[in-house]
Amino acid sequence: MLDSIYGAIQLGLMYALMALGVYITFRILDFPDLTVDGSFTTGGAIAAVMISHGYHPLLATVAALLGGMLAGVCTGLLHTKGRINGLLSGILMMIALYSINMRIMGKPNISMIGESTLFSSIATKTFVYIVVLLAVAIVFKLLLDGFLHTDLGLALRATGDNARMIRSFGANTDRTKIIGISLSNGLVALSGALIAQDSGFADINMGIGMIVIGLASVIIGEAIFGARIVIQATLAALLGSVVYRIVIALALRADWLHLEASDLKLITAIIVIIALVIPTVRRAVKQKSVARRRSAELAMSASVGRKGGRS
Amino acid sequence: MLDIQNVIKLFNPGTPDEKTALVDIKLSLKPGDFVTVIGSNGAGKSTLMNIISGVMKPDLGEVKIDGTNVTSLSEHERSRWIGRVFQDPMAGTAPTMTIEENLAMAYRRGKSRGLSFGVTAAKRKVFREQLVRLGIGLENRLKAKVGLLSGGERQALSLLMATFTQPQILLLDEHTAALDPARAELITKLTERVVREMKLTTLMVTHNMEQAIRLGNRLIMMDKGRIILDIPEERKKDLTVEQLLGEFEKISGHKLADDRIVLG
Repeated sequence: MLDSIYGAIQLGLMYALMALGVYITFRILDFPDLTVDGSFTTGGAIAAVMISHGYHPLLATVAALLGGMLAGVCTGLLHTKGRINGLLSGILMMIALYSINMRIMGKPNISMIGESTLFSSIATKTFVYIVVLLAVAIVFKLLLDGFLHTDLGLALRATGDNARMIRSFGANTDRTKIIGISLSNGLVALSGALIAQDSGFADINMGIGMIVIGLASVIIGEAIFGARIVIQATLAALLGSVVYRIVIALALRADWLHLEASDLKLITAIIVIIALVIPTVRRAVKQKSVARRRSAELAMSASVGRKGGRS
Repeated sequence: MLDIQNVIKLFNPGTPDEKTALVDIKLSLKPGDFVTVIGSNGAGKSTLMNIISGVMKPDLGEVKIDGTNVTSLSEHERSRWIGRVFQDPMAGTAPTMTIEENLAMAYRRGKSRGLSFGVTAAKRKVFREQLVRLGIGLENRLKAKVGLLSGGERQALSLLMATFTQPQILLLDEHTAALDPARAELITKLTERVVREMKLTTLMVTHNMEQAIRLGNRLIMMDKGRIILDIPEERKKDLTVEQLLGEFEKISGHKLADDRIVLG
């Protein structure tokens, strides 16, 4: 039981980098970027190929990050310069990346068993592993927080918030979008590289459904921890990823649910759907009740006014 | 300061819906000019603003700012010369960001945006001093999200953001039209003061005839994509709203048709 929780925390912290990436596109740029499904695998593929060819794991991990950023730049260019709808440019890149990832790997699955990875020396020490992964996640969270408060970062946030306004102050919103999507996919690919090293292999299909898991992490995090300001929102994405993994681990262990591992994607989709629908429904209900109350008040005061006039 | 030469702009060229939005517009503003612009619906006032700010490119003609030909520059490239306040109070600020973050973005107008912190203690001091000038207490709410402000407060902030880096040209596109009369009056007063104190070359579109006469040193009237009347300071001083409307009818041959018109 506890072991599976520890494992979930470890995974959650590695996937947290992807959640931070999804936060940049989904929440800041308001751009649901499906490139993620491809760039996650790209990260894993680059790391696995380089490590299995004897490169230093750190170098391989950095290369994975850069590969993801490059994929993001392509999506950004399609969307801004090519004027392709945001969802579609992500889908196009995701499909294109499938072939590219296959070219990178040369075969559908690469094993790193026996190679030294970033985690080889600590993977068996549960607590040390968790602390190291936590430190990595926090460092990237803080870097992202810092970036989002720089002049460039402010322009990036304004691009998703009010593009017309930030253009009138001289920011090139095409460029800020490309930068944002690129950073996002860099983090996603980095996450893919860590996951591949943790599991000891990269698989051509390892990225399928990643965007939905990323969205689930961001949304769960926001619901539990709030997202009023940036540093809170990034923390929420990070912790949301961990909570998601723990929930999944617990659900899989609950034998009475008779869940298969392959049911996870459905569960994740349902979580995201619920999390997206609830706020809308809640807002509509609230609006209706406020409108009803106000119109009752108005009707009341109108009838009082009439009586006053007659007497 | 601003020089518009023979600008023509067509909408939907070559289609049955073709519309000439601007016809051979010539307009020159001297430094410090404060020009008010009035005209019917569809007269081309907003198109003129969009041509100047670079949101739209003219099909023919040139736009020069301070001697530089900016015709081919895009909106964000021109922004270092141009400050702009929109009609919609939501348009000029980023709602999920704080007052100080919005000001920090405005502070970088026309400069490159790098990796130095947007809001620093030194900048915060400047922002506070600037906000005090608005006189509506925003200086005590630097960390409040702009989305929480009222329309009037947001428009006052937009005006400050558009002007405090002293742009060569200030474009005001009916920036008081969406506000209630009291707030509109406050913003008008602020506008007058800011333009005077900073000696900004200003072009202001308005639906308020009285305001168009009272403010600024020159009034132009547009109809069907043309500037049909250009009233200099000397004549503008003694003008009444009736005279202005009469003049419009005489030249254009129809009444000033504007569903939002305010006589004064």
